[in-house]
Amino acid sequence: MKLSNLTRFWIAFVLAIPMLVQMLAMPWHWAMPGYRIIAFLTTTVIMAVAALPYWKSAWAAFWHHEANMNTLVAVGTAVAYFYSVFALMTGRAVYFESAAFVTVFVLLGDAMEERMHNNASGALEKLFALQAKDATVLRQGKFVTVPLNQVKVGDQLRVEPGEKIPVDGVILTGTASINEATITGESIPVTKHPGDAVVGSTINTDSVITIRATKVGDQTMLAQIVTMVKRAQTSHAPIQKLTDRVAGIFVPAVLIAAIVTFTAWFVLGNVSAVRAMLFAVAVIVIACPCALGLATPTALMVGTTRAAKLGVLIKNGEALQAAAGIKTVVFDKTGTITTGKPVVTDVIGDHDHVLALAAALEQSSEHPLAAAIVTAATKAKVPVPASSHFKNYAGQGVTGTVNGHSVAVGQESLANQQLSPTLTAQQRTLRQAAKTVVVVSEDGKPCGLIAIQDTPKPDAAAAIAALKRQGITPVMLTGDNTQVAQAIAHQVGIDQVIAGVLPADKAMHVQALEQHGPVAFVGDGVNDAPALATATVGIAMGSGTDVALESGDIVLVHNDLTSVVRALDIATKTYRRIKLNLTGSLVYNVIGIPVAAGIFSGIGLQLSPAIAGLAMALSSVTVVGSSLLLNITPIVGDSRQSH
Amino acid sequence: MAKLIVLGGALILIGLICWWFFGHHVQQTGRATRTKTGQEATVVVNGGYSPATIVLKKGIPAKVNFEMHDSTACLSHVVVEQLGIDKDLTKQPVTTITVPTDQAKEFNYACGMNMFHGKIIVK
Repeated sequence: MKLSNLTRFWIAFVLAIPMLVQMLAMPWHWAMPGYRIIAFLTTTVIMAVAALPYWKSAWAAFWHHEANMNTLVAVGTAVAYFYSVFALMTGRAVYFESAAFVTVFVLLGDAMEERMHNNASGALEKLFALQAKDATVLRQGKFVTVPLNQVKVGDQLRVEPGEKIPVDGVILTGTASINEATITGESIPVTKHPGDAVVGSTINTDSVITIRATKVGDQTMLAQIVTMVKRAQTSHAPIQKLTDRVAGIFVPAVLIAAIVTFTAWFVLGNVSAVRAMLFAVAVIVIACPCALGLATPTALMVGTTRAAKLGVLIKNGEALQAAAGIKTVVFDKTGTITTGKPVVTDVIGDHDHVLALAAALEQSSEHPLAAAIVTAATKAKVPVPASSHFKNYAGQGVTGTVNGHSVAVGQESLANQQLSPTLTAQQRTLRQAAKTVVVVSEDGKPCGLIAIQDTPKPDAAAAIAALKRQGITPVMLTGDNTQVAQAIAHQVGIDQVIAGVLPADKAMHVQALEQHGPVAFVGDGVNDAPALATATVGIAMGSGTDVALESGDIVLVHNDLTSVVRALDIATKTYRRIKLNLTGSLVYNVIGIPVAAGIFSGIGLQLSPAIAGLAMALSSVTVVGSSLLLNITPIVGDSRQSH
Repeated sequence: MAKLIVLGGALILIGLICWWFFGHHVQQTGRATRTKTGQEATVVVNGGYSPATIVLKKGIPAKVNFEMHDSTACLSHVVVEQLGIDKDLTKQPVTTITVPTDQAKEFNYACGMNMFHGKIIVK
């Protein structure tokens, strides 16, 4: 027969009631008739049902040369019980209630701890349960509903309004607002068009779309997030090393402390062997290292899961601890502080003509600035003529033939003639405003300028301000020239700028900054891999849901700067909670053991073994409860309260 | 006299505890047995892991079974940090985990509170 800890607790608790009554009645000098026999019988059953598993486990551990919490419980209860049996037979005072109550309280602690542990780890299961259960798939020309595990890569799926998107994919037809809150923590829906990527478990809010499945099963974004969070939960924080080392010698040390307690009281304190024994048993019982062992894993579990729900994926305990101590955050500029999508801000010269010429050439180019020009032409509804003889001069610009004229777009050097004084002046003004200026020339003669600028993300200034408030120094690191970098930095409130850095040198600059304290580097996972790896904490930012999960110590699913603040905030709060838990449980032991040993009995402060058992149980429950509180701690930018 | 005996007894007991728990003791090592589909090893969970160290052959798909004989909360979970595994052993008598054997490596496993330790060696 296998009983759960909770059932065992209830059996033990009911059987312990007569002893509880007797204990409460003691001050009135009332004695239960036949108490000694009743106590013997009930305690014997309690030992058999509830304490025996601890004895068995401790015995097995003993032969492995190991000692753990079970050893302490077993020694404590066994000493109290067998001494009482001996006392009963020889007509001395019995202490069955000590053995019984310790067992009851330890079981209570175990049962509650088990429950809370399940609660904490259950959050992850819930994350996984966000998946759709089935999918509507095109099979032999008809859409049929099949279980999720039958969907294959390449399948065409139909998603109705209000339905969850079953797997990761690309939209084939239809445009819909997708609520990606399950992945990014952002509840404002994102509009997605054909060709855009969608992620499984996000919700199609408004119209019918068909998608082609690109990732299924354990390859989907959600599955990978769950795997990553699972790993984070089972990982260790460096701060644990101390407790791990302590744990190895803790229990034998407590046993020695108990022997010393007994001997000191008996030899030096001149008390009876029985009283000395009660002190020793109290020491053994109060010192169970459960709270210490639970302090870090439970907080890590709750913290990383909460973070994942907010779109912040923390790789492991080490990353979490490192992130909590960050003093400097280095941001890559393009795509991190800015949107990474430059836009045309000014056109000098004949607006439509200049734009049409430039767009005609640039529509063949793949440069990010080219996209800005083509977009601007489309937006201005300027008809774009065809071009021929297209040629790309890396780093300089493009040339080609448009409507029979030779056209160049790029640096001045591509034009045969110099800029007119007016254009030169305008070029200077635009450059001072940190804009990238391209010269458009027709038949070798410059005819206009186009100014292009990458703009900061809408939340950049607010996020930087929030970091500064937390005493963190923001730094901008970019390959762009100083002027452009300074202008953007000024807009968002960053004071320290390192500009003109070659991609390969970014890591070196991060290293230099690390001389002054731990540094976090925020960048996209693709281009900034070396800098991400060099920094104390690499924070990789995904563009929406297209993110490389392996690229950073912390991965932000959401592509805004508030996420950085949020990540550091949740890491700091989780780490603080770990420290609080550890300190709490250490203090508990540091105070508890001497009190139980009777050091303060001179001033009337002493514990019976039963009360020591209660204290032990409460300490474990307190630690787990404290970790669960992380679920409702306010976190920057989290309007929802998770449960 | 009684005090002297207690004092002496206490010292001997402390000495025994130190020797038994802190002294160097040989750990048992278990080897996997071949099955039709790969290799399998069993760890009995009872007041610790026996054997605590399991040796697996590289390149053969491996399963490690944890056979639960302990009904206290202490050993209720087994955690393999490197593999991101955290399994509740109390739900069924035997819990099986799959261990990758594509390269020679050591995996440490421990109970949920990191008090009991074991090792899976792939070589």
